[in-house]
Amino acid sequence: MTVVDSRPAAAPGPAATGPAPVTVTLKIRRFDPEFAAEARWESYQVPFDPSDRLLDAIMWVKWNVDGSLALRRSCAHGVCGSDAMRVNGVNRLACKVLVKDLGPEITIEPIKGLPVEKDLIVDMEPFFDAFRAVKPYLITDDHEPTRERLQSPEDRARFDDTTKCIMCAACTTSCPVFWNDGDYFGPQAIVAAHRFIFDSRDAGADERLEILNEREGVWRCRTTFNCTDACPRGIQVTKAIQEVKRALLFRRL
Amino acid sequence: MQLHRYDVVIVGAGGAGMRAALEAGQRCRTAVLTKLYPTRSHTGAAQGGMCAALANVEEDNWEWHTFDTIKGGDYLVDQDAAEIMAKEAIDAVLDLEKMGLPFNRTPEGRIDQRRFGGHTRDHGKAPVRRSCYAADRTGHMILQTLYQQCVRHDIEFYNEFYVLDLLLQDGAAAGVVAYELKTGEIHVFQAKSVVFATGGFGKVFKVTSNAHTLTGDGMGLAFRRGIPLEDMEFFQFHPTGIWKMGILLTEGARGEGGILRNRDGERFMERYAPTIKDLAPRDMVARAIYTEIRAGRGCGPDADHVYLDLTHLPPEQLDAKLPDITEFARTYLGIEPYDDPIPIQPTAHYAMGGIPTTIDAQVLADNDTVVPGLYAAGEVACVSVHGANRLGTNSLLDINVFGRRAGIAAAEYAGATPHHVDLPTNPASFVDDMLGRLRAGAGTENAAAIRAELQESMDVNASVYRTEATLKQALSDIAALKIRYQQVGVSDRGRRYNTELLEAVELGFLLDLAEVLVVGALARNESRGGHSREDYPNRDDVNFLRHTMAYRSGPLAAASPEADIRLDYKPVVVTRYEPMERKY
Repeated sequence: MTVVDSRPAAAPGPAATGPAPVTVTLKIRRFDPEFAAEARWESYQVPFDPSDRLLDAIMWVKWNVDGSLALRRSCAHGVCGSDAMRVNGVNRLACKVLVKDLGPEITIEPIKGLPVEKDLIVDMEPFFDAFRAVKPYLITDDHEPTRERLQSPEDRARFDDTTKCIMCAACTTSCPVFWNDGDYFGPQAIVAAHRFIFDSRDAGADERLEILNEREGVWRCRTTFNCTDACPRGIQVTKAIQEVKRALLFRRL
Repeated sequence: MQLHRYDVVIVGAGGAGMRAALEAGQRCRTAVLTKLYPTRSHTGAAQGGMCAALANVEEDNWEWHTFDTIKGGDYLVDQDAAEIMAKEAIDAVLDLEKMGLPFNRTPEGRIDQRRFGGHTRDHGKAPVRRSCYAADRTGHMILQTLYQQCVRHDIEFYNEFYVLDLLLQDGAAAGVVAYELKTGEIHVFQAKSVVFATGGFGKVFKVTSNAHTLTGDGMGLAFRRGIPLEDMEFFQFHPTGIWKMGILLTEGARGEGGILRNRDGERFMERYAPTIKDLAPRDMVARAIYTEIRAGRGCGPDADHVYLDLTHLPPEQLDAKLPDITEFARTYLGIEPYDDPIPIQPTAHYAMGGIPTTIDAQVLADNDTVVPGLYAAGEVACVSVHGANRLGTNSLLDINVFGRRAGIAAAEYAGATPHHVDLPTNPASFVDDMLGRLRAGAGTENAAAIRAELQESMDVNASVYRTEATLKQALSDIAALKIRYQQVGVSDRGRRYNTELLEAVELGFLLDLAEVLVVGALARNESRGGHSREDYPNRDDVNFLRHTMAYRSGPLAAASPEADIRLDYKPVVVTRYEPMERKY
C-alpha cells in the first residue's frame, strides 16, 4: 500500500484552492499474466477534490504511483464508453461518477464475464461479436429516394432510447445470465437490434428477430433489471428487451 | 515484427477515417488502424449538428453557407475548398440519413434544422436554421452510423494498433509502422495509399474538451518525417466548456435560445455582436467572455467564469433537444439547468491547422507538391476550410465531405498504381529505437509531470489571448520540457497493454506540436480568428493574409531539443469574396 500525503504537480483535476484535499482509498484488482498467474488487490490513498471523477483518481494513481496500472479511457465524460468497470460491486463508467459520491473506500474491478487481459482491461471481442451478429445496420428494400426518407417525429421517438447506446458493455457484463453463459448475446446486442427493429425506415426486423429467437437469443433474459441499473446512458434496457420479446411473440402468433 | 500488405491503409477510425473506409473498402483491399476501438473515437463527443443548406425549414442555399464559412474563418479560408464543402454538404447529410442516421425530424418528417453560431441568412442578415442534428448527440450518431455501415461492409479493423511512424521512399508513401497494444509487437503495414485521419491535439492544453487520446499523433509523426504543418497557431477555444473541467456544452444550447450572462445578469454578447449576439462565431464569443472576466464582471467568488443560462427555456425543450448537456451539468456540477445557470469558460476544442492537403485530400510536401499515395482528412488535415476560426458544425461536415474524398482518391490512386513502393530496409528501426529508449530510460523524469507542466504553460501563455512575451515564455518552457523529456523512462517493463509506454510516446507528439503552435503564433504579428495577439490587435491583410507553413529540420527523434522549425507562407485561395471587416 502506498500512502501519499500531498498532491504533486502531475495531479489531475482543478488546483486545490480551499482547504487541503481529503483522501480516499482506491482498492484496485490488479492482474498481469505476464508476471503473475494470480490477481491481487492493491490499495492506494488518493487525494481528491469534490469535482473529481473516479477516472481522475485512477489516473492519479497511474501518473504518480504505479504507471503499469492498465485501463482504457478516452473522452472522460461518459460518451465514448471506454472505461466501464465494476465500482463497489456495480458497473459504472469511471468518468461518469464522482469520487465524493462513492464512500471512503472504493473497490474497483474489471467488468465481469469477459476474459481479463490486464488489470481493468478485458477482451472486448466476444462483446463486439454479439453486436455484429444481430445485423446492426439499416436494412432497406425500397428504392432510394433522392432526398431523405421521411419519418414522423413519433416514429423517430419510437426507437430514440436505444440510439443512445455507447457500447460500453456495462449492461452485458452486469447480466447474471451472461456471466454463466458467454454465448448469450447479452443486453447490448438486443439493444442494438431494437434500435433497428423499431425504426420505421428499416425492413430487416424479421431477419433480426430470427437471430434473436435462437438459443443464445432474447429468451435467455430473466428480467433481473441489472442491465437497466447499469446503463450509464439511462437506457431502459430491460424494457427494450421486453419489446423485442413481444415483437417475436406477436409475429409468431 | 509482422508485415502486412494492403492497397489502402487508413489511420484513425473516427468520422473521417470510417467515412474514407466506406469508400476505399468497397473499391480495394483496405485496412483501418486505430489506437482505440472505432466507437471510442472523439467524433462521438460532437453534439450540436452538421450544417447543410437543405432549406428544410427556411430559405437557405449553399452559397450563403460558403460565405459564412469564409467570413467565420476570418478570410484565411481557401475559398475553393469552402465552396466544395458547402455544396457537397447537402449530399453528405442525405447520405448519412440513407445509412440510417436518426436525425431529429420536422412535423412533415423531414430532417429538422436549427441555428448555430456564425451561420446566417443572406450574408449575415440574421441567424439561419442550417444545422441538421440528432438532439445533442449528432457526433455520436454519426460515429455509430458509420461504424454500423463498416460492419455491414465487413471493413477490416486493427483495433488498439498505435501508428507511430510513416514510411516514405523517394517522397512517396510506402506504409506505416504500428505498435500492437495487446502484445507489444511491431507491425509494418505496406500500402499503396495511406490515409491519415487521426484527429487533433487538444491535450497540449489543460482545460480542453478533447479526449485523453487526442495527442496529435498523425500530425506529429508526419512532421518528424518532413511533412509541413499548416496554420498550427490557429486553435479554437469553444466558448462553453464546463468551468474548470472543460467538458463541452454545445453551441446548440445557444441555438435553442440559451444566453450567456455575466455577474450582473447582463446578456453581454449584445455589446459584442449586436446582430447575432450569442450566436457569433466562437473566437469572438470566447474573447468576449475573457473580456468580461478581466473587467471584473465574471461570476463566482473568484469572478473567473460566466453563465450559460437555459432557465428561460421550457424543460420539455431541454429534454428533447439538449438531453446530454443538461445531464452533464447534473452529473459533474450538481446543477439543475431547469432552475440554475451553468458556470462555463472557454475550453480548448479544435485545431484549424494540420497537415496541408489539396481538395482531394492529397497531402502536400510544400505549397504545391503532392506526396504520392499520402492523404489526410478531418481535424488532422488543413484543406483549409476553417481558416482562422472554424464555424460550429463544420467539423462534422469536414470529416464527411473530405473523408469521403480521401477514401475515393486513395482507392483510385491504389487502383492505378501497379506496384507497392519498396519499404526501406529496417522499416521499424525508428520506432524500435524510440520505444527502446523509453523502456530503458533513466526514469528520472515523469511523463505525467512534464505533460501537466506543458498544459499549464499553454493555458497561461498560448490560449485565447497571446502576446510576444507570453509566447516567448511558452517557447522557453517547451524547450526546457523537451530536454527533460529525454530523461523520461517507463516503470512498466511488460509487453502487454503497456499504456504507460504509449502515454510517454504521445507526450513526445504533444511537445513537438505545442512548439509548432507557439512558433507560428509568435511570427504572426496580427489578430485573426482564433489567433489573438494583444500586442497586434488588428487583422493585417497586407502582411498576413497567408497560410503559415512550418517545416522541421533536425534529427529524427521524438521531442528532439536539436530540431528546428522554419516558417514559410502559402497564399490564400480567394475566388469570390474579398476580405472585409468581420462584424456580426
